[in-house]
Amino acid sequence: MNAPNQSGWKPGTPVQDHNAMSGPDTVTGNRALMLEEPLLFEIGHVETTGVDLPEPSGATTRLGGMERAAAIGLPGLSEPETVRHYTRLSRQNYAIDLGLFPLGSCTMKHNPRLNEKVARMPGFADVHPLQPVQTVPGALEVINELAHWLIELTGMHGVAMSPKAGAHGELCGILCIRAALEARGDARKVVLVPESAHGTNPATAAFAGYEVEDIPATPEGRVDLEALKARLGPDVAAVMITNPNTCGLFERDMKAISDAVHAAGGFVYCDGANFNAIVGKVRPGDLGVDAMHINLHKTFSTPHGGGGPGSGPVVLSEALSPFGPLPFTARTTDGVVHLVEEENAADYGHVQAFGRMTAFHGQMGMFTRALTYILSHGADGLKQVAEDAVLNANYILRSLEDVLDAPFGPSGPCMHEALFSDDGFAEGLSTLDLAKALIDEGYHPMTMYFPLVVHGAMLVEPTETESKAALDQFIMALRSVAERAKAGDETMKTAPHYAPRRRLDETQAARKPVLAWNDPNMA
Amino acid sequence: MRYLPLTDADRSAMLEKIGAPDVDALFVDVPEAARLSGPIEGLPMHASEMAVEKHMRRLSKKNLAAADAAFFLGAGAYRHHVPASVDHIIQRGEFLTAYTPYQPEIAQGTLQMLFEFQTQVARLYGCAVANASMYDGSTACWEAVAMAGRVTRKKRVVLSGALHPHYSEVVKTMAKFTEDEIAHARPALQAQPDNDGLIARIDDQTSCVVVQYPDILGRLPDLQQIADAAHEKGALLIVVNTEPVALGAIKSPGEQGADIVVGEGQSIGVGLQFGGPYLGLFAVRDPKHVRQMPGRLCGETVDAEGKRGFVLTLSTREQHIRREKATSNICTNSGLCALAFSVHMTLLGEKGLRRLAMENHRLACHAADRLAKVPGVSVLNDSFFNEFTVRLGQDARKVVRKLADRGILGGVSLGRLYPDNEELADGLLVAVTETTTEEDVETLASALEEVLA
Amino acid sequence: MARYFTDEHEWIDLEGDTATVGITDYAQGQLGDIVFVELPSVGTMLEKGKDAAVVESVKAASDVYAPISGEVTEANGALEDDPALVNSSPEEDGWFFRMTVSDKSQLEGLMDQAAYKSFCDGL
Repeated sequence: MNAPNQSGWKPGTPVQDHNAMSGPDTVTGNRALMLEEPLLFEIGHVETTGVDLPEPSGATTRLGGMERAAAIGLPGLSEPETVRHYTRLSRQNYAIDLGLFPLGSCTMKHNPRLNEKVARMPGFADVHPLQPVQTVPGALEVINELAHWLIELTGMHGVAMSPKAGAHGELCGILCIRAALEARGDARKVVLVPESAHGTNPATAAFAGYEVEDIPATPEGRVDLEALKARLGPDVAAVMITNPNTCGLFERDMKAISDAVHAAGGFVYCDGANFNAIVGKVRPGDLGVDAMHINLHKTFSTPHGGGGPGSGPVVLSEALSPFGPLPFTARTTDGVVHLVEEENAADYGHVQAFGRMTAFHGQMGMFTRALTYILSHGADGLKQVAEDAVLNANYILRSLEDVLDAPFGPSGPCMHEALFSDDGFAEGLSTLDLAKALIDEGYHPMTMYFPLVVHGAMLVEPTETESKAALDQFIMALRSVAERAKAGDETMKTAPHYAPRRRLDETQAARKPVLAWNDPNMA
Repeated sequence: MRYLPLTDADRSAMLEKIGAPDVDALFVDVPEAARLSGPIEGLPMHASEMAVEKHMRRLSKKNLAAADAAFFLGAGAYRHHVPASVDHIIQRGEFLTAYTPYQPEIAQGTLQMLFEFQTQVARLYGCAVANASMYDGSTACWEAVAMAGRVTRKKRVVLSGALHPHYSEVVKTMAKFTEDEIAHARPALQAQPDNDGLIARIDDQTSCVVVQYPDILGRLPDLQQIADAAHEKGALLIVVNTEPVALGAIKSPGEQGADIVVGEGQSIGVGLQFGGPYLGLFAVRDPKHVRQMPGRLCGETVDAEGKRGFVLTLSTREQHIRREKATSNICTNSGLCALAFSVHMTLLGEKGLRRLAMENHRLACHAADRLAKVPGVSVLNDSFFNEFTVRLGQDARKVVRKLADRGILGGVSLGRLYPDNEELADGLLVAVTETTTEEDVETLASALEEVLA
Repeated sequence: MARYFTDEHEWIDLEGDTATVGITDYAQGQLGDIVFVELPSVGTMLEKGKDAAVVESVKAASDVYAPISGEVTEANGALEDDPALVNSSPEEDGWFFRMTVSDKSQLEGLMDQAAYKSFCDGL
């Protein structure tokens, strides 16, 4: 039973717009193509199913007395209702397929559909991770081929393919560093992380048992090399640096930083979240990096999927490669690709692995997509990716710096993302208000309040898959909301006005958490 | 290049606006010495969609797809029929190409889906609250161990010997760095799980006991007995489930006293994919433990007009706010796989899930009976759901390879999972799902007869 | 009864050998809507300057440091159900915990009401 308007949706007519052109409320709560959708638990039924399966035979079971007696409480829908339920939900989402998605540091670029098609080929999608290796040579070749290109593109020595996401890769890299230090009997205690770093960096270092200390930054938004050198010493295990950094700037002194860290006996971890800005142009290995994770969903455009799955292979220097986790692939001189697991690691001389990060071999479905992406672009295309991403970001920076404060604008070009602050906004209006007003203009907001080192930060990353026309329209929209913010337009405080929902009460959500549906009739 | 919309004329016009002579001027901060002078060595130039597809198809064809063989593999990843509409929905661009729902006003689709997903998982597990998913079952298992340490402030972890060995390895790897002490028994080929031995290892310093259900050998331990023993010592019971379809037939871990229930959700909606991406499920029985949970949580609230809506909430537990004090460094969930799970579960409904479970069990019983008739084969388990262990009287790894030579994917040998344990070498795990036909069972049985002879 | 303030925006009431600790009105104003307070359990030994409690708004979690050393004798259970008390009554009903005072000399460097007011005015 699908009663109208169960979810309480009403047309979001903006308050200042009561004129003859705005229509009446609708009895359904729907508004033409904007359709509301109740919860599955309000429309489904435990006796409904959308899958044809045989009735249980009633034969005796061998469940050892563990038969489930209690109801589970899982409502079902028929197939047409299911498709409609999720299609209606999907239309309440913003997505790259709908428009420019300028989330700085998140790299929301077009997801090529060939990648989806390839990932679904039966030889990749319908193989079990523990099939005898003789039945999966093609799958092992995919892993090995991708691993090879990741090593070549980064100028590194080895790569651990199994980490499941960027933060998991970070953990893998830091654990390699700790294993390498322990192997030489060196119990260092401190990891240095810049204040502008992603939150995962300090969280990862802390998990791996390290004390986290800040690395100071220069006024122009880069690591303060002299201050860093002064802090280095026998207690510093590693520095974690994002390059290009989260202010959108290339760390000019990267090689000098690496040399100083190495001279002090530590390792250099590079957060590769922004590798897309330099792929094909610069190899982190040439800058002295010891470990760097690569977010395949950023640089190599595997889909973000509304929050994952990600994939975070970690490239490793020669010093760290022996400590990489199991399993991995290795090609022998006869051209055959082997799977190296616990049982045969010694045969490949890999006896110092720090352990295992996950069951099975990593995010195969992401490997096929990323390899497809790399082969589609080729050497020339990947270089063009970095160049166009940087060109687009600088175009945005220079087209907006007269209306939005760009704290690091004067110090030179940015890399793949442009950073602005809320300096100059009218009293009472914030970055959040600007972001919500941008929603009404049909855009997903930029990354807000990150990095922490800039007040009211707005980090804009257009990516290389936007046309000039798309950029020009976005610039026009952002100029408009920036001017309104400076002029003190109070209507921004209640934006968005045209989205499927107005601002949500996050305080109530956190004070009295409702994290699962409870049937009001059962309460 | 088909994915790059800028034309050379666009690039010139933009460079002019920027005031840069050429694009290299934008890379001025990259020291000359660090810039690549030529293209990446060996990497071909860009290629057409047709050419890349051909290359990838050639690699794909080298693999024996499960659909093309009599297929009996499980051990943490199961082959089930996924309805066509599941893949259709997860390929809608509004789900596929959306970001994490940090702007709730324009992400209600993902958020409502996650709220429904959390509710489905919580109910399936018999728990109060489930999160919006983790990377996979093995990493969720470690996160549960870490959480138990935070709740109990104790550092001794008791792992059942019948926990999936990859899961044990992940826990042991992580524990090396957090300095948790791991008490782990070797698995033994017995018809019944060794609850008494497990319980004997729980002491006052124990933070948690980790038990798999059904276990790696397919057996069904009585969880209530373990829960009682753990609680008596102030420890938490963590139950790991790698086959969620089983919970359509057997009691939920929550109703047997499990405190944290984690598992692999791949079976429902996701597909085999050579091991990933998969779907970590994570739930707690007692809502008071919610703030110690890792991972994203979606919660219900209202908008400024009083309409129901959903947001990510309790995010102060997470790394982007707590940084080094976060409950976990995890930064993502397995969003699209959670969607696939939720759509498939919606299609099944309770009735469908129960039917699916009973069909799996019926076919597994049939397979066990048939294989038991093969000379040299004995079935270890007294009880099982859709996966059981057989002993072959010889090295099962070699048998599996010989079966593969005949185009049969006959199961997972215990030698593959426990390479250092000779006592298990003749064990073979056989999984049977609704995709297995009686003809497949016959194919395996007659091939085994020949191979074992 | 004497009330002291710290430059971390905590207040301490001393009654005999027991101190009651909370955060100031200024602090709750800066934090915004409080959604959760994590309190130390009874019996916890606190060390001056080290983490004692955590106070959370939607987007931030702030550590509350122990203003003095001592043992926790009571935590304000009312905050569990109604963390908004910290916003509505920060310096009375919204107290965090009570503790013993192991070293009264630790109170010496702290501010009184007037000194704290001018401290806040200067921020």
